Amino acid sequence: MQRLLSIKYIILVSLLFISGFVVASEPGNTVSSDAVHAEGVPENNFENTIPLFTGKGFKKKTAAVETLVTVDDARVLSILQAMLTNKLYYVKSDKQVVFLEKQQENIKVTDVISNEILDITEKSKLKKISVNNKLRKLLRGYIATLRVKSQDDKVRAAAVQQVIKNMNETSYALLISLLETEKNESIVKDAQAGIALWDLSSGDKQKKLAAISTLTNSLLPEVKNKLESLALPDADGNYLEADELVRAKAKSALVKINDRIAYYGVLENIVFGLSLGSVLLLIAIGLAITFGVMGVINMAHGELMMIGAYTAYVVQQIMPNYIGASIFVAMPLAFIVAGAFGVAIERLVIRFMYGRPLETLLATFGISLILQQLVRVIFGPTNQAVVTPAFMSGSLEINPVFAITYNRLYIFAFSIMVLIALVLILKKTRLGLQVRAVSQNRNIAKAMGIRSEWVDALTFGLGAGIAGLAGVALSQLTNVGPNLGQAYIIDSFMVVVFGGVGNLWGTLVAAMSLGVINKFLEPWAGAVMAKILVLIFIILFIQKRPRGLFPQKGRAAES
Amino acid sequence: MAHQSLVLTMMKNDKGGTTLLSILLALIIIIPGLNLFVATDSIFHVSTYTLTLLGKYLCFALLAIALDLVWGYCGILSLGHGAFFALGGYAMGMYLMRQIGDRGVYGNPELPDFMVFLNWSELPWYWQGFDMFWFAMLMVVLVPGLLAFVFGWLAFRSRVTGVYLSIMTQALTYALLLAFFRNEMGFGGNNGLTDFKDILGFNLQAGSTRAVIFIASAVALALGYLLSRYIVTSKLGRVVIAVRDSEDRARFIGYKVESFKLWVFVVSAILAGIAGALYVPQVGIINPGEFSPLNSIELVVWVAVGGRATLYGAALGAVAVNYGKTYFTAVLPELWLFALGALFIVVTVFMPKGLVGLWQQFRKKQAKTSTPETSPDSARDSSRATNSIQQGDD
Amino acid sequence: MRELDRLRNVMRRDKVFDFVQEKRLPFSAGRHSVMPGELDISHGTILYVENISVSFDGFKALNDLTLYINDGELRCIIGPNGAGKTTMMDVITGKTRPDSGVAYFGQTMDLTRMSEYEIAHAGIGRKFQKPTIFPFHTIFENLELAMAADKQVWPTLFAKLNGEQRDRIDDVMEIIGLKDQRDHEATSLSHGQKQWLEIGMLLMQNPRLLLVDEPVAGMTHQEMDKTAELLKRLAGDHSVVVVEHDMDFVRSIAETVTVLHEGSVLAEGTMSEMQTDPRVKEVYLGE
Repeated sequence: MQRLLSIKYIILVSLLFISGFVVASEPGNTVSSDAVHAEGVPENNFENTIPLFTGKGFKKKTAAVETLVTVDDARVLSILQAMLTNKLYYVKSDKQVVFLEKQQENIKVTDVISNEILDITEKSKLKKISVNNKLRKLLRGYIATLRVKSQDDKVRAAAVQQVIKNMNETSYALLISLLETEKNESIVKDAQAGIALWDLSSGDKQKKLAAISTLTNSLLPEVKNKLESLALPDADGNYLEADELVRAKAKSALVKINDRIAYYGVLENIVFGLSLGSVLLLIAIGLAITFGVMGVINMAHGELMMIGAYTAYVVQQIMPNYIGASIFVAMPLAFIVAGAFGVAIERLVIRFMYGRPLETLLATFGISLILQQLVRVIFGPTNQAVVTPAFMSGSLEINPVFAITYNRLYIFAFSIMVLIALVLILKKTRLGLQVRAVSQNRNIAKAMGIRSEWVDALTFGLGAGIAGLAGVALSQLTNVGPNLGQAYIIDSFMVVVFGGVGNLWGTLVAAMSLGVINKFLEPWAGAVMAKILVLIFIILFIQKRPRGLFPQKGRAAES
Repeated sequence: MAHQSLVLTMMKNDKGGTTLLSILLALIIIIPGLNLFVATDSIFHVSTYTLTLLGKYLCFALLAIALDLVWGYCGILSLGHGAFFALGGYAMGMYLMRQIGDRGVYGNPELPDFMVFLNWSELPWYWQGFDMFWFAMLMVVLVPGLLAFVFGWLAFRSRVTGVYLSIMTQALTYALLLAFFRNEMGFGGNNGLTDFKDILGFNLQAGSTRAVIFIASAVALALGYLLSRYIVTSKLGRVVIAVRDSEDRARFIGYKVESFKLWVFVVSAILAGIAGALYVPQVGIINPGEFSPLNSIELVVWVAVGGRATLYGAALGAVAVNYGKTYFTAVLPELWLFALGALFIVVTVFMPKGLVGLWQQFRKKQAKTSTPETSPDSARDSSRATNSIQQGDD
Repeated sequence: MRELDRLRNVMRRDKVFDFVQEKRLPFSAGRHSVMPGELDISHGTILYVENISVSFDGFKALNDLTLYINDGELRCIIGPNGAGKTTMMDVITGKTRPDSGVAYFGQTMDLTRMSEYEIAHAGIGRKFQKPTIFPFHTIFENLELAMAADKQVWPTLFAKLNGEQRDRIDDVMEIIGLKDQRDHEATSLSHGQKQWLEIGMLLMQNPRLLLVDEPVAGMTHQEMDKTAELLKRLAGDHSVVVVEHDMDFVRSIAETVTVLHEGSVLAEGTMSEMQTDPRVKEVYLGE
């Protein structure tokens, strides 16, 4: 008992730790860029340079570009980018330079100076400001430089990483000048890595050695490639680097870098595993409730999840302009819809079969077939995409070899919250008390005046509602389709079997460990083999512990 | 003669079984005859399509009897029996693949087409020997039997029972499904094994070959029924029912319960494997879809519809449900899954004794109105089969 | 020298009747020339239960229980609810493994390492508290299944009853008074009849040691008397351990009574001794 309790605390503490880590590493420390521009600089300003772009011939255009980049204006970058991507046009009639954006069938034309949308609907009135390869190369270089000088940390960081990919004299100078003003640590680090990379190509041995020791701390793929080319012989067994000391140092730096990459690889597996585990957890806790409390295996659990996912889809169809808000509408709604289905299933079918678990299994399987087919008839057999809201897309990049997507972080936090809410419901509320009473001894609970039928229906509804929530979460990870439920259901059964019936802590540990085991096996054995190995592992595991990780003990469990 | 008398005593008091065997005998005589020797335009002609369809039903009936043996009598609800069926099918499929020889698309005398396609240079070790019919037939029996033995030994030894066991069997077939989908396994991956040419030198497309396979299926079903009937009427059968009804009691009077479960499980798996082996040449393909958990659980409903713990009821259920499936999927395809789903619910909630139970109820009512006394033997026999439904779940 | 001493020891002990001797640990008794798996009761004690403890989730169902049953003895075990009577039977029959302690059947068989069916084969039969029979088998089949025979799989498949075996089943049916219901399903029997059927199954099994849990629950007075008579007749050839709540019944059969309380032995002696024992009174009447 004591030991079990301490395990619980370890889990709880580590979860808190992880969620704290998640919150702390939230984005948003972006420095807002209030561009303070020096106005009134001599002859060239933005407005009078723009007309130069309508000139004919690449020479004139090149000159226009070269003039424009001397102008210090935030709009310059967007002009160059538009030009590179063939979105810069001018109106034939008045030579007004505009951006053109295609929106499905229509076009959107914006003035580059005033940023006003112009009332032009026919493309034929516009002329493209075309570029050739030489100009493209030039544009790319200027864009990189401009971006490196950008006020936005994110743009600058990306630009630096772009620059490092192709180091040359100019980019070397660019990075050196950047370092003079740069305050952001990670950008400084990357810039230093870039400089060191260029130093490695120089002939100076001391410079090289210093560069290597700088690069030891970098995880950029270019660094690794470069060091490999120095330290290891090529196909013919010759070394690119003549100096042995440099070679040896490069080698030891490489070893350190590889160690760190391996370390982050393990970390990544753990994080991905926990992420998979949190999905399994969301699915399995609903199952664990109905199985643990009522002794009912609900084969339609996956379909209740599917109903939740379709609820999210429908809500998004109803409010397509509020994708972010739709998910907050979908969650309670999915809980209610799936929960209502659950209560209906319990009232209409399952209550006739208590004490016959195997037949309940068959009947609920029948229900799952009907629900699947129902969805196929209503929504069609094809998968539907649910749009991920902006705050959930993107990823948290911790370093070049380790990034976590935000939707996975949210789902992880969400599943833990659902678990905690459920534990609170079971431990602190009257319903929870009654549920526990019924699960321990139905007859005695009845004798004490608990309306066990009512408790059964609500318990089943609760389990189903949680399945609905799981469905909403899943809709953020995969497409929504009639087979959504089938894909995860066997895995979540395995979680319940592995964790021990009716034990939420067991479910938590089982879900997380199965998720992690899966992710560790995947690179080694492949995704499918990993699944098979996990199944075999569980078959062998229940040899040792037929009642799961945290079994219910005692006389009651025997019968 | 002694053998015949054994069969006769066994079939005494087994009206359902006698009916089943009589029907099979009739089918063996009539159907191939009507197929081969009656002119195509005659209304009595049975098309090769119908013959093959019936042959398929017979294989399903054998599979259902195999499941009834473990579920109805031993109380083990296997949701993975489709796996044994499919393994038997694959063993047969591998033989048929090797028979293609150099007539494949790539014309490789040794390697099946899909291996050539995967750039494999030689036959994997586990494909060796399948060019010999006797070896393939041995594997039809051995492979499902061995898998059942290993799985059952692990599961029963650690006393995994009830829903736990059901879920593990489902996981078993699911794991195999995933495995057989992989190209690297060397069983044709997604597409499975198909394009068979001939069996034992006879063209598989020929009507006469089909007729012989049909007869083989009917004979296998009859023998499978007789074997199962022998088992359930023997003392071992009584022990197995005892295990289903009161596992502890059986243990405390000295039966090693796990051995009995394992024995029945393995026998059942072998029967399922044989059914699969007969199925494959008739449908002309075996692919990983046969391992899908849905197939196995559908099979459970055949047995439930027919009536558990009756053997012949399982066969009846298999034919009835599959006829319904053939009919529905042709006429109202989108309704079939609704019908199947409803069938699961109706059978479990309203008629746990299946069609056989309904018939017996009907007969009982009739008997009450006509003659007050029914033969005690047959009444007991049927009540045992049906009463047990409520009990066998634990 | 030590070997010689041990030998001498053994020789000396063999000269006296075992039951005069103090009860002793089975393994301290030296070596015996018995086949493994064969019951050795050369010391007159058929069952040794020593220092057995079992706990479920912190609750001690058995607490250092020590108990000896002599060969041919009829022993009654009483005790309030939760005293550990059923758990003790579970340990002896291999259903529950003890956390600590040993249980020996005769001198050689370690019950804590044997499985249920091995224990049954070794010669321990058990009647459960709730009558546990095969409900959808006939009375005849219930007895047939219990009958001592080769209970491995293949022999069972081909087993056929011979005349002698049929007679024996008929005899037992006579004893338990269910001859008229020969071909009825056991589920149709009354509670008392089910108890009898289970006792009948024990008789078919022909064990050396019978563990009988609450045999007369649900029986009429006549049936009780009959049960008492039967159990007394069984003692001698068999050793019988009866757990029972009905004190009248215990009084009518008991030679020795053991009182269990909170998982260990509180007192042991004749029924009248127990009735006057202050500790027993306290346990039964409450503080």
